[in-house]
Amino acid sequence: MTEVEIIRDRGPRNYSRRKFIKGVIAAGATVSASSYLFRGPGVLTAGQARGGVERLMTLTVNGQQRRVDVLPYETLAMTLRYKLGLTGTKLGCDRAECGACTVHIDGVTHYSCSMLTHQVRGREIRTIEGLESPDGELHPVQQAVMDEGGFQCAFCAPGFIMSMAAFVEDNPGASRAQCAQALSGNLCRCGDYNKILDSAERAVELMDQRA
Amino acid sequence: MAVIRDMIPPCELFQPASIGDALNLLDQYGENSWVLAGGLDSFDWFKDRIKRPEAIVDLGGIEELSGIRADGDGLVIGPMTSLTEVATHPDIVGRFGLLAQAAEHVATPQIRNQGTLGGNLAQDTRCWYYRGGWPCYRAGGNICYASAPKAMNAEHCVFGASRCVAINPSDTAPATIALDAQMVVTNSSGETVYDAEDFFIGPGIDIERMTVMEPGDLLTAIRIPGTWAGADFYFEKIRDRQSWDFSLVTVASAMRTSGGTIQDARISVNGVAPYPMRLDEAERAVIGQAPTDDIGVAAGDIAIRRAQPLRHNAYKLPLMKNLVRRAVRAEV
Ligand SMILES: Cc1cc2nc3c(=O)[nH]c(=O)nc-3n(C[C@H](O)[C@H](O)[C@H](O)COP(=O)(O)OP(=O)(O)OC[C@H]3O[C@@H](n4cnc5c(N)ncnc54)[C@H](O)[C@@H]3O)c2cc1C
Ligand code: SF4
Ligand code: FES
Ligand code: FES
Repeated sequence: MTEVEIIRDRGPRNYSRRKFIKGVIAAGATVSASSYLFRGPGVLTAGQARGGVERLMTLTVNGQQRRVDVLPYETLAMTLRYKLGLTGTKLGCDRAECGACTVHIDGVTHYSCSMLTHQVRGREIRTIEGLESPDGELHPVQQAVMDEGGFQCAFCAPGFIMSMAAFVEDNPGASRAQCAQALSGNLCRCGDYNKILDSAERAVELMDQRA
Repeated sequence: MAVIRDMIPPCELFQPASIGDALNLLDQYGENSWVLAGGLDSFDWFKDRIKRPEAIVDLGGIEELSGIRADGDGLVIGPMTSLTEVATHPDIVGRFGLLAQAAEHVATPQIRNQGTLGGNLAQDTRCWYYRGGWPCYRAGGNICYASAPKAMNAEHCVFGASRCVAINPSDTAPATIALDAQMVVTNSSGETVYDAEDFFIGPGIDIERMTVMEPGDLLTAIRIPGTWAGADFYFEKIRDRQSWDFSLVTVASAMRTSGGTIQDARISVNGVAPYPMRLDEAERAVIGQAPTDDIGVAAGDIAIRRAQPLRHNAYKLPLMKNLVRRAVRAEV
């Protein structure tokens, strides 16, 4: 229960540990990913905010309100993976150089490794976990990737799929070249680009059929 | 050498809602403050523990710093406007397409969605010794690793060196020079307006900074005058990969031609000096001439005349020459 310790040691003003735990449970964030939670002295000795940001915040992730304690200097990828258990978002380089961590903020793609969680307060965050509809129907991009067998090891897949989804949702009838341009901020180490682009083209078709 | 760990070390984060509040914080923390826009030229420094500010001042909550509005026959662009917006805004695309093209050539879609015009203009150099945490001149030390005998300096400068041979990596910077843009810099004692050309500085002026801005200064607006609205523009960025990579050499030009003659011209190049260079002499050589290939070649020759390549970067000379030539010839 590392999480509880963090709260006890550095609880934000006016927030009891009990209230926080309740908040977390209510938001459905009971932690299946407890093995990923932050540990380590670096975090626990963090300086107290002197008038800086309030650490306890509500994030809108995949349509849900999630109450979470966020360090001032924590990246969104860290919060998603290690605090909220949303490990579908991958960390490849942690340096804005690969695209594995791509998520949507208000419908636009961003590298979650290279932004602070506090920069997205009040905005809509969407991760790979939020693509399928509540009844389990796959997003056209997910279906397209299944149809075309789009990836090899697929470590890059969540990032590519998020870039593809943002693009095809806004660009009906896009060409293969336009898809390639839209995916130019994602790298695939297996070099499976042709099949990834086949999937993108298929996703455009599926989107058009749905429209 | 940098020790790479995955967490940014502890520091304070402030999210002021006004320019005044931001300036107060910058004054309070002085050299230990860090202005944060999109953060894409900041987080690496923090993660690598090379720059360790005490207080990060995030400008994201200051509404007046973002957006694009008309100003007479020109535009005023807030520094927090994203590069994607700069690349796609109808007023910029329609009348100052040069800047839109430049923004479109930065890095990747995700970086453009988050990176800001202000951050792009104010970004630090990418010299890998310096970015890797080597204690060179620019980092306050007393050696330049990039000009040492066995240094890897293929991406360094051919003009303007003064102890430091790093280049300015910004794609939008040369476009602001070619458009005669002005930078509004604000601090707690008031506002100063700089011509884009004077905003960027070389190591001869201050080896630790890329622009005139000092701690406590904020870039609060980028003004694009109507002067070059709808002119003939040329932008070309040469890079190793067509995505992500920084420029090796980039040219940005604006010209007005009538009756088959170039009436006025601005030609700016980046990637060759510690600051984006305006090529005044090449400009003078083409004004009053027809935009032919011969004139382009002549302008290119003039442009590279005083270059001083390092061991591994002489390839930049023919690149630069040909880019200038194409910029002139494109007006045919
Ligand atoms: C993988 C990668 C590839 C890149 N490729 C390119 C490329 O091809 N071309 C290119 O031009 N750039 C490139 N960049 C560099 C840069 O990240 C982007 O250009 C981006 O525009 C920087 O903007 P930002 O808002 O994210 O900057 P930030 O990191 O927030 O700011 C950059 C610097 O400017 C200062 N600053 C920002 N705004 C202000 C202000 N209003 N007043 C005073 N100071 C301010 C900050 O303190 C900081 O020092 C790349 C970066 C990465 C990580
Ligand atoms: S070129 Fe400049 S930044 Fe690079 S090592 Fe030399 S002094 Fe440092
Ligand atoms: S992990 Fe974010 S871009 Fe590589
Ligand atoms: S499929 Fe392996 S990295 Fe893309």
